[in-house]
Amino acid sequence: LDDLLQGFILEGFFSHCIMTQDELNFIVKLPCLLGSWFMVLICCFQVNTLSKQLSSEFTDIMNEIWANEAVKSAVLISSKPGSFIAGADLDMIEACKTSQEVAQLSQEGQKMLEKIEQSPKPVVAAISGSCLGGGLELAIACHYRIATKEKKTVLATPEVLLGLLPGAGGTQRLPKMVGLPAAFDIMLTGRNIRADRAKKMGLVDQLVDPLGPGVKSPEARTIEYLEEVAIDFARGLANRTVSAKRSKGLMQKLTDYAMAVPFVRQQVYKTVENKVRKQTKGLYPAPLKIIETVKAGLDQGHDAGYLAESQNFGQLAVTKESKALLGLYRGQVYCKKNKFGTPQQEVKTLAVLGAGLMGAGIAQVSVDKGLKTILKDTAQQGLDRGQQQVFKGLNSKVKKKSLTSFERDSILSNLTGQLDYKGFEKADMVIEAVFEDINIKHKVLKEVEAVIPAHCVFASNTSALPISQIAAVSKRPEKVIGMHYFSPVDRMQLLEIITTDKTSQDTAASAVAVGLKQGKIVIVVKDGPGFYTTRCLGPMLAEVVRVLQEGTDPKKIDAISTAFGFPVGAATLIDEVGVDVATHVAEDLGKAFGERFGGGSIELFKLMVEKGFLGRKAGKGFYIYQEGVKNRSVNSGMDEILARFKLPAKPEVCTDEDIQMRLVTRFVNEAAMCLQEGILSSPVEGDIGAVFGLGFPPCLGGPFRYVDSYGAKQLVDKLRKYEAVYGSQFTPCQLLLDYANNPSKKFHQ
Amino acid sequence: LAAPPPKSKKTLTKSGVKNIVVVEGVRIPFLQSGTSYADLMPHDLARAALQGLLNRTSVPREVVDYIVYGTVIQEVKTSNVAREAALGAGFSDKTPAHTVTMACISSNQAMTTGVGMIAAGQCDVVVAGGVELMSDVPIRHSRKMRKTMLTLNRAKTLGQKLSLLSKIRPDYFAPELPAVAEFSTSETMGHSADRLAAAFAVSRLEQDEYALRSHTLAKKAQDGGLLLDVVPFKVPGKDTVTKDNGIRPSSMEQMGKLKPAFVKPYGTVTAANSSFLTDGASAVLLMSEEKALAMGYKPKAYLRDFVYVSQDPKDQLLLGPTYATPKVLEKAGLTMADIDVFEFHEAFAGQILANLKAMDSDWFAQNYMGRKSKVGAPPLEKFNTWGGSLSLGHPFAATGCRLVMTTAHSLKKEGGQYGLVAACAAGGLPKCVLGP
Repeated sequence: LDDLLQGFILEGFFSHCIMTQDELNFIVKLPCLLGSWFMVLICCFQVNTLSKQLSSEFTDIMNEIWANEAVKSAVLISSKPGSFIAGADLDMIEACKTSQEVAQLSQEGQKMLEKIEQSPKPVVAAISGSCLGGGLELAIACHYRIATKEKKTVLATPEVLLGLLPGAGGTQRLPKMVGLPAAFDIMLTGRNIRADRAKKMGLVDQLVDPLGPGVKSPEARTIEYLEEVAIDFARGLANRTVSAKRSKGLMQKLTDYAMAVPFVRQQVYKTVENKVRKQTKGLYPAPLKIIETVKAGLDQGHDAGYLAESQNFGQLAVTKESKALLGLYRGQVYCKKNKFGTPQQEVKTLAVLGAGLMGAGIAQVSVDKGLKTILKDTAQQGLDRGQQQVFKGLNSKVKKKSLTSFERDSILSNLTGQLDYKGFEKADMVIEAVFEDINIKHKVLKEVEAVIPAHCVFASNTSALPISQIAAVSKRPEKVIGMHYFSPVDRMQLLEIITTDKTSQDTAASAVAVGLKQGKIVIVVKDGPGFYTTRCLGPMLAEVVRVLQEGTDPKKIDAISTAFGFPVGAATLIDEVGVDVATHVAEDLGKAFGERFGGGSIELFKLMVEKGFLGRKAGKGFYIYQEGVKNRSVNSGMDEILARFKLPAKPEVCTDEDIQMRLVTRFVNEAAMCLQEGILSSPVEGDIGAVFGLGFPPCLGGPFRYVDSYGAKQLVDKLRKYEAVYGSQFTPCQLLLDYANNPSKKFHQ
Repeated sequence: LAAPPPKSKKTLTKSGVKNIVVVEGVRIPFLQSGTSYADLMPHDLARAALQGLLNRTSVPREVVDYIVYGTVIQEVKTSNVAREAALGAGFSDKTPAHTVTMACISSNQAMTTGVGMIAAGQCDVVVAGGVELMSDVPIRHSRKMRKTMLTLNRAKTLGQKLSLLSKIRPDYFAPELPAVAEFSTSETMGHSADRLAAAFAVSRLEQDEYALRSHTLAKKAQDGGLLLDVVPFKVPGKDTVTKDNGIRPSSMEQMGKLKPAFVKPYGTVTAANSSFLTDGASAVLLMSEEKALAMGYKPKAYLRDFVYVSQDPKDQLLLGPTYATPKVLEKAGLTMADIDVFEFHEAFAGQILANLKAMDSDWFAQNYMGRKSKVGAPPLEKFNTWGGSLSLGHPFAATGCRLVMTTAHSLKKEGGQYGLVAACAAGGLPKCVLGP
C-alpha cells in the first residue's frame, strides 16, 4: 500500500522557454510546444543560418526539421531544471466528459510521438530529472536517450497508480524496447527506475555523470554538459559514426527469441494476468487493461495495438477507481504542504525518547534527512536494539545500492545513543515514544521539561492517549503536541499530528515541518480520544470481533476484507497491532464513546491476552507465526475462546457483502463523525489518513470519496438496516444524514 | 631584458623562527612501471635515492638526526619503509625513521614533518623522501579466504582443519586488487578528473595540447641537462638507469586517436593526457640554516610557508592547488606576481587546466572559496617549464620532493627569488610549499 503512490511527482508544465544562439552560430535552440509541454529543441545545423522563427506547433517544427536541408538531427531537452517531463496534464484529462474525448487526446499524443519516431533525422532525448508517464513515452519515441546519473533522474510509467495506462504509444513501444517481462514490470508497478538501472534495461543509451562546481553551479553546468554530450551524439547519429542500435545481452536475446514464439507469449500473459488478479482481487481495472493492450499490439499488429491503447485509456480515465486514485494523488500533494507556515526556529536537533520499534523508526527517518538525533532509552539493551534497527534500515539501502556504505556511515554520525539527558539543552524538539501509559508519559514530560530549552517542542507519539491529558502536567502546554507515527515508521507514509486547544500555531508549524522533512504525508487533527485514525479503527475492530463471535473464522474474515480492497485482512490486522494494544485502546475508547464503540465482546480480547495470544509479536494470535513459514495456520487455541464467546449469527445481515458493509459502514460513519465534530478539518485529510495510515481500500479513495461514489443515501440505508438488527452502533451521524438528504452534496466536488 | 618588478617583500625570514633550508635533493630516474625496476622492492628504490643523497652531499651519516619517508601503496613486508631503506643505505642504525602517507603528497608530508621537527628544535638534520613501486602492488586474498586461513592457524585437530578446508568455495579465490579509487566515493581518480574537466568545460583538444607541452618541455629539459636532481641507479642484474623513460613527445594527431580511458565513450581524459603509473624514489636533505652554514653547505632553497587544505572528495577532489595557492600566498604576504617559478603536480592535463580556470574565475572564488575575487592563474611562462608529472612520471609519494627540487633548480637558473609548489591528492588534501 505505502508503495502505491510513493515518490510519484507530477509537476506543472514548463513555464518558460529559451531562445538563444551560441557564439558559433552553429546550434540553434528553439522553444517548442509539444502538446501542452514546452521543450527546447536543439537542432544541429551544418550551416549557420536558420531561415525563420519556427512556429510553436511541434508538428510544424518537425516538418521544418525535415524540410530544412541544413538540419541533420535534433536534441530534445527540458528547459525546466529538475524535470524532463513529469507527466501529462491531469486537469486536461479530468476536464474530459466522456471516454471518447479522452481517447481522442490519447490518439493525438500517439500521432505526435509517431511523428518523432518516424523522423528520418535522428532525435535525441536528453534527460535530467523526472521523466515520468508521457515524458517517458516521448523519450522512448526518440531515437536515442541520454540521461544524467543523478538521484533526481528517475524514469517511470506511474499511470497505473492513477488507474490509467500509458496512452501515447508506451504500451506498444516498451515491450519492443526492453522485452515483454521488463515492460510488464515497468508498466504494472509504475515503480521509479534510476538512470543506471535504466541503462542496464536498455531504456536509455548513455549516461552522463553529474558534475561538481566549475565556472557555474553544479546543476547548471550538468545540464549544459548533458546538452553538449547530446549534441555530440545527435551529430554522430546524423553522420552515422554512432549507431542507435543497442547491443543486447545474451539474456535479452534469449528472452526476445522466446517471446517471439506465440505459445511462450501466451504463457507469459497468463502468468502475469494471474498474478495481477491475485494481487488486485479484480478491484483495479488498469493492470488488466495494460496486459490486454500490450497483447493487442503484439498479437494483432500495430494498428490494433494503438487503437486498443487509446480506447482503453479513454475507458480507464472515466472509471471511479481512476478518479479515486487521482483524488488520493491530489490529496497527497495537499498533505505535503505546511499550512501553518514556516516555524520561527528550524528544528536541527531532535531527541527521541524510547528506542523501541517506533522510537528507532523515528530516529531512522530523521538522521537520513540530516537532523542531529539523540536516541535515548532507559536500558542499554533496549538502546542497542534500537541503534541496530537504525543501522539495519540504512544498511538495507546499501544492499539495494540506493546508498553507499560511506553515505550510510556519514548519516549514522548524526545519531547519538544514550541513557541520560545529556545534550537535551540543545534539542529543538523532543519526540517521546515511551510505553503507552499516562503515568510514564507524565513522568517523562516532567523530566524532559527540566532539561530542555524554552523553545523546544515536546511531541508525544501515542496512538490513543489524549494529548491534552498528557499536556496537563506541562509547564508550557503551548509547546506540547501529538505526533502519531505508524509502524513500521520507515515504510508507512502517514503522520497524524494532533493539536490541543492550547497548542500554539508555531508548535504545529514546527511539527509539520519536521514530519515533511522526514518524508511523511501529514494530516493535522484536533485532540480527542483516538484522534482520527485510531478512532475510526475502533468501531470497525469491534465489529470484527462480533463477526468472529458469530462464527465466521479468522481466515474467512481476512478473505472478505481483502476482497473489499483492504491490503491487510481484518483479523491479521489485530494480530499486527497487538491484541494487548487493541484491548487497551478499545477499553479507553469504549469509556470515552460508550455504546457506539461496542459490538464484539472485549472480554474475548482479554482472554486472548491472558493466554498470551498477543499477535505477531508473541508468535500467536488469531494465527500462529513462525520464522520462515509463509503459510501461517490458524491458532487452534482460539477455538475454545471463540466457542466460549459464541453469539448466534443473524442470517439477515451475514452474507459476505453484509459483513463487508458492516465493517466499512462503521468505519465511514465514525470518520464522518470526526469531520462533524471538527476533529478533522477537511474530507481530504480524512481520506488520506484512512488510506495511508489504516489501509482503507485505495481503489475507493478513502471514506469520504467512498460516500460520494457509493451515495450517502445508499450508505445511510445500509446503516439503518444494520441498526435495526444491532442497534445504536450503526446509527448514522448527522453529517451523513444531511448528505443523504441532499443528493447534490458531495464531500469532493 | 626588462628589470623584474619589485617584490612585495625582500625576504620571508621571520623573527624568532628558525630558517629551514634544503641542502640538496635527488631522485632516481622515474620509470614507467613494469620496466627496469619491475623486480625490485620499494625499499630498494628508496635505498638507491638515499645512497644517491649521501654520495652527492657527503654528509656524515651520524649527523642525520631523523629520516621520514612517504609512501602510498604500502608493501606489507616493509611497512616502515623509511627504516628498511635507511638501514640498507648505510645510515646509522641509531637514526630513527618513520613512514607517512597522504596520497600523492606523501613526500610533501614527509618534508613538512621534517620542517616541523627542525622548527621545534627536536632535530637539526632531517632526511625526507618518498617512494612508490607501481610495478608490484599487494594483491590480497578475499576476506573470506583470509578469515578461513586465519582460523586454520588456530585449528588443532586434523578433523577441524579438514572441515574448515571443506568450506572453501571457488569465489574464495577471487583476489582483491588495490584500485586508484577514493574509498569514500569508490570513484577512480581518472573518472573524477574527467568530470572535473567537464565541470570547467576543458576540451579534449586543450588537454591534449597541454600534455604535449609537458612532454615537449620535459624533453627539452632532459636534453639540456636541467634535471639536476636525477642520480643514476645501477639496478641489480640490469644496466645502470640514468634518465626518466616516460618522456615521449607525440603529435596532436597521434594523441587525438586515443579513446577516452574512463568516461566511455565520450569522455576527454585519455592515457595520453594523464600521468602514467610510475616507479621511483626521491630524497631531500633538510637542515636548519645555522647547521647547514656551520657544516659548510650552500643551501639550495629555503622552505618558508606551507598549508594543507581539504575539500569535498567527490566533486573537488583534484582542486587542491586552487584552494591552497591564495592561502599560502596570504600567509607569506606575497602576491601571484612575486612568484618566479610555479611547480604544480600534473596528475591529469584536465585537472591542471581545471585548476587554472578555477583560479581565474571570480564566480568560483566567490561561491566556493569565500573570497571577494579570484587569485588569478599563474602565467604559463613561469609554470612547469621543465615538464611535469604528465611527462616525467608520477611515482605517487616521490613526486613532492621532485617538485621542490625542480623549483629550487629552476629558481637558480632563472635567477628568481620565490617559488611556489602545489599538488593535489586523493581525499582532497593538497598543499603548497614556498621556496626561497
